[in-house]
Amino acid sequence: MKILVAYKRVVDYNVRVQVKPDNSGVVTEGVKLSANPFDDIALEEALRLREKGVATDVIIATIGPADAQAHIRNGLAMGANRAIHVVSSDAVQPLTAARVFLKLIEKEQPGIVLMGKQAIDDDCNQTGQMLAALWDRPQATFASKVEVDGNAARVTREVDAGLETIEVDLPAVVTTDLRLNEPRFIKLPDIMKAKSKPIETLQLADLGVASGDHLKTTRYAPPAKRSKGVMVKDVPELVAALKTRGLL
Amino acid sequence: MSKVLIVAEHLDGKLNASTARCVTCAEDIKADAVDVLVLAAEPAAIGAAAAKIAGVTKVLTVARAENAHALAAIYAPQIAAVAKNGYTHVLAPSTTFGKDVMPRVAALLGVAQVSDVMAVEGAHAFKRPIYAGNAIVTVEAPADQTLVATVRTASYAAAAEGAHAAPVEALALDVALPRHTRFVGLAQGKSDRPDLQGASRVVSGGRALGSADNFRIIYALADKIGAAVGASRAAVDAGYVPSDLQVGQTGKIIAPELYIAIGISGAIQHLTGIKDAGTIVAINKDAEAPIFEIADFGLVGDLFKLVPELEEAV
Repeated sequence: MKILVAYKRVVDYNVRVQVKPDNSGVVTEGVKLSANPFDDIALEEALRLREKGVATDVIIATIGPADAQAHIRNGLAMGANRAIHVVSSDAVQPLTAARVFLKLIEKEQPGIVLMGKQAIDDDCNQTGQMLAALWDRPQATFASKVEVDGNAARVTREVDAGLETIEVDLPAVVTTDLRLNEPRFIKLPDIMKAKSKPIETLQLADLGVASGDHLKTTRYAPPAKRSKGVMVKDVPELVAALKTRGLL
Repeated sequence: MSKVLIVAEHLDGKLNASTARCVTCAEDIKADAVDVLVLAAEPAAIGAAAAKIAGVTKVLTVARAENAHALAAIYAPQIAAVAKNGYTHVLAPSTTFGKDVMPRVAALLGVAQVSDVMAVEGAHAFKRPIYAGNAIVTVEAPADQTLVATVRTASYAAAAEGAHAAPVEALALDVALPRHTRFVGLAQGKSDRPDLQGASRVVSGGRALGSADNFRIIYALADKIGAAVGASRAAVDAGYVPSDLQVGQTGKIIAPELYIAIGISGAIQHLTGIKDAGTIVAINKDAEAPIFEIADFGLVGDLFKLVPELEEAV
């Protein structure tokens, strides 16, 4: 069985993103870029399924500009067998991304598509669900445990009420939550090895995918700031302050 | 002429309060009708509760055995089918329920989704957070497409009960449902404490608690003031508390009147989950912790001494 993993490049989670003074966007020049942390978890899960003998091939796919090659090499160094780079100079919205992945599914026929539950740049949390709908297959979102048994997978999901377990027939889309696993570190010899792994390059424009980029962002603004409050010296002063506000 | 459809969230036969928060958001769209859709095995009681929310025009119920559990693959085709009955907007709360099902609805309709609506700027223009709330964008959706959106519940108060109940109409939907997705079980954190997402007071603990056992001082303080309990990602990752207590970018976004952060340093991913709180109190031994930058009241010191003292004093 093949596993297809979405592997997006985003602004690193440690970067404090700033809005440009003219409200036209956020500053991305010169900031550190990394794999979307949830996609790293997705890739790790795919590698573990391969190590268990459930999967034979792990293929990562990135939609991104031409200079995303170094990012893709990282995914290969982590252990993916090969990669598909869908080159697009502009960022795509979730519906477009889902349509692109449907094309890749038609080509690769994976048993599982693993992806992060959300990308930490646009925070949309949509692509996996949209892909499952377009593919007319099951979705198991926010996964914290994945067990594959033959032609089905039992997935535990982190939901607001607790932990929900569902069973889905394969093929299916699984999106990852934080507690699914801890991604491995990349070792130096693996970086060397990754240099010889194949990357297939496709141009987004050549895929014949109708754009789903229907939303227009007209303005970026910094969030409303909470003003710094006061420091109290002890518990009695804190209790008195909260009572004054009618909170206790 | 806007017509809004709100997908009701419910569990164990009870309507979730997030539905009434969506009604408040829908009012800002200035729609001609705000209808609530209840998909359930037995929707009568849930539908009756939804009908009491002020501002609701009509409640639609679909009773099917397959609707016993909120599986996105089962719900989405039904929601999409109802949406095609002249609705301009389809909304659901940005809870794990809405996040799971709504993009599937949007894809079935061939439209984009606006996630986490925090303000309505026009019938097709909305504000939403990106980059863990480090930026707020205004997005415009095409007016000729159905607008599918999830509503950031912390941005909206729940609509009150109205004087008159809205009519409830049972729908028979001729929609084929898949069998490829099956519910197995739900392990709920059983607790008599208030629900984290709707609580007016929340006490949260972080990594500094050091163990699951030490978290008892957080529970004790919470119980004394009738608060829900929350946690930082670090505390959940360390296994001190279950994942459904996580507050932040990838956990729950909350807006209590009082938020008490104990032993939480205040990573941006956590702060984005609490910035709509009325009053934030921080207790931390590190005077330089970022949580103090946004706290209304800060107290520096040893939490194992201060928290029991606070519990005693309230």
